Amino acid sequence: MTTPRAQPDLLYSEDEEALRAAVRDLLSDHCDAAGVIARVESDAPHDRELWKLLADGMGLAGLLVPEELGGQGATHREVAVVLEELGRSVAPVPYLTSAVVATEALLAADARDLLGELASGRRIGALAVALNVSAGSAYQVVRFEDGALHGRLTGIADAAVADVLLVPADDGGLYAVDATAATVTPQVSLDLTRPVAEVTLDGAPGRLLGDAEPAVRRALRAGAGLLASEQLGLAEWTLTETVRYLKQRKQFNRPVGGFQALKHRLAQLWLEVVNLRATARNAADQLATSGDDADLAVAVAQAFAAPVAVHAAEEALQLHGGIGMTWEHPVHLYLKRAKADSIAYGTAGAHRAALAELVDLQAP
Amino acid sequence: MTDASDLRRRTAELLAAYPPATTDRLDFLRARFDAGLAWVHYPEGLGGLGAPRSLQAVVDADLEAEGAPDNDPRRIGIGLGMAAPTILAYGTQEQKRQYLRPLWTGEEVWCQLFSEPGAGSDLAALGTRAVREGDGDWVVNGQKVWTSSAHVARWAILIARTDPDVPKHRGITYFICDMTDPGIEVRPLRQVTGEAEFNEVFITDVRIPDARRLGEIGDGWKVAQTTLNNERVAIGGMRLPREGGMIGPVAKTWREHPELRTHDLHQRLLKLWVESEAARLTAERLRQQLVAGQPGPEGAGMKLAFARLNQEISGLEVELRGEEGLLYDDWTMRRPELVDFVGRDAGYRYLRSKGNSIEGGTTEVLLNIVAERVLGLPGEPRTDKDVAWKDLSR
Repeated sequence: MTTPRAQPDLLYSEDEEALRAAVRDLLSDHCDAAGVIARVESDAPHDRELWKLLADGMGLAGLLVPEELGGQGATHREVAVVLEELGRSVAPVPYLTSAVVATEALLAADARDLLGELASGRRIGALAVALNVSAGSAYQVVRFEDGALHGRLTGIADAAVADVLLVPADDGGLYAVDATAATVTPQVSLDLTRPVAEVTLDGAPGRLLGDAEPAVRRALRAGAGLLASEQLGLAEWTLTETVRYLKQRKQFNRPVGGFQALKHRLAQLWLEVVNLRATARNAADQLATSGDDADLAVAVAQAFAAPVAVHAAEEALQLHGGIGMTWEHPVHLYLKRAKADSIAYGTAGAHRAALAELVDLQAP
Repeated sequence: MTDASDLRRRTAELLAAYPPATTDRLDFLRARFDAGLAWVHYPEGLGGLGAPRSLQAVVDADLEAEGAPDNDPRRIGIGLGMAAPTILAYGTQEQKRQYLRPLWTGEEVWCQLFSEPGAGSDLAALGTRAVREGDGDWVVNGQKVWTSSAHVARWAILIARTDPDVPKHRGITYFICDMTDPGIEVRPLRQVTGEAEFNEVFITDVRIPDARRLGEIGDGWKVAQTTLNNERVAIGGMRLPREGGMIGPVAKTWREHPELRTHDLHQRLLKLWVESEAARLTAERLRQQLVAGQPGPEGAGMKLAFARLNQEISGLEVELRGEEGLLYDDWTMRRPELVDFVGRDAGYRYLRSKGNSIEGGTTEVLLNIVAERVLGLPGEPRTDKDVAWKDLSR
């Protein structure tokens, strides 16, 4: 018998810490900042080798998928820990888009074969809804006509590496479309490590998975809630690196980090990150336990996380001085990811609006 | 090892022997203390059973369910949160036996004689002198300020300078001061809110026996750190329900008065609601860390967060109230025994919360502490570190 918990579990379990250590080890060996910068300047910004190690080697793509379907049968709590680490290294892998968002859509539609394929990491999935859309708001659909799909969708994150696209159509259905049947054209993206693309369907065959609306809603809610953990990892990296740099960098014959004006800014940032950790942990726990408060926890986490992550990255750039403005220093990768994340799955303002309804604080 | 079921059994026995409905309040509290159910993590004989701190909640829940009286922890907050852990850590057996029981039952209220007109953020610069007489007693002279509860306190924790010839941190000694001594004069200090919640305390030739010294002579700064760290834990470790803090009254006003709503206020309210919830979750996370035996440094930050939020939220509420925001409930000088942050009107909350970023360590000093102790950034330049206290400029 389980008793309902009065409070969410906001800590990390020993297993979660072990998972973190394993992911961090892997990333420190295979995802250094210089490599990420070199990659985003190429035609292939995604790191397929790293994806293979994470998904195939460690089985992390299947954390949310039940064991009987080939997954790990873990929860959003473990996924959140993985995303913290991926955020810490702005890893250019389609983890959030495939292992979380597309997977949640498939779980809602009970698409068992595709779930198994995504869980194994052999195939990558992408939900064909623009990255800026939040759960519950309107999204673009394609035309379903004569048994085929027609239309153009933009802002689809990680579509460039997807093997299967999950496409909502005007008949209310969600269709699985093989990426080879679509034309995927990369768009020039603000965030080079999670690029968006345009998807054109010109009479593409699609397999009906189920109703689009509940699947998209569930996928975007999980995406938004767990994005907070990525933003946490990102903000933590920028804070840690900035503190490290300011202890070394000397001006006026003393470490810059000894100046009170800067100490106060960093202490303030630390406080914001500490608060972000609590909201991100709460969202992950509520999603994991299907708590009554999951909608609220996600809205709070996203309304809080985005401004903190952007602020952390902006402070990191400013406090690194001239070096922070250069292409060779990785802080720009974090700034671009943080700013794009602040739009992804709904802006802070969109989540505050959702919250106003949930907690009965109505607009005038 | 005392476990939850053992504590529940002991609680049931206490309730059976002293039925709350027919037992005098103080008798019940004393019996509870003697049964080791006051603060279960304290040692046996001192109100506890040496049990894990987290199990206190088990006892409290059972007692509350039976309508048992509590010891009004808000009224005796300084004693509970600051004096008691310091006495436990540094007191002699005799001191622990004498002070802890009446402290816990609330028979004896404590106050804290730390801050001085010239020693606030720079507390270690304090100038109240304690001079030892031939017979071993100490004679204390000086002035303290911002002393909550001094007008109702039976005892005070006091730090005073016992050696002016060494650098400031090294010449301080920690005492327990009798507030009924004729040399103690308590004067109300009226504040921006109109009430006199704090006091000035003038100390003239107050004799303190050496048996009321806590810790070694000259070691008072170290002892005071125990007090101050416990103060911050007490502030940071509170468990609040959603909307349990300052955001509660303003959210209620918003819901009940649609005519006051504007788009600008709505945006600001939602932002502060989210930040309040984030701070609440952080405090809950900190509490869970403490229970799990992994205290984190977050406590240092919680006071910063709540101070800023209280000020922004109460400021917003005054605006939200519109015409009523131009009014104030009552400027009569009152002498409250405890601070009630939310029980009065919006104007009071706005003015009182201005103190939140000053009392218990200013926001500026706490940011330095976070930067230096948590982030490991270099300390502030210190010009007084190796200078004898008497040679410092004042």
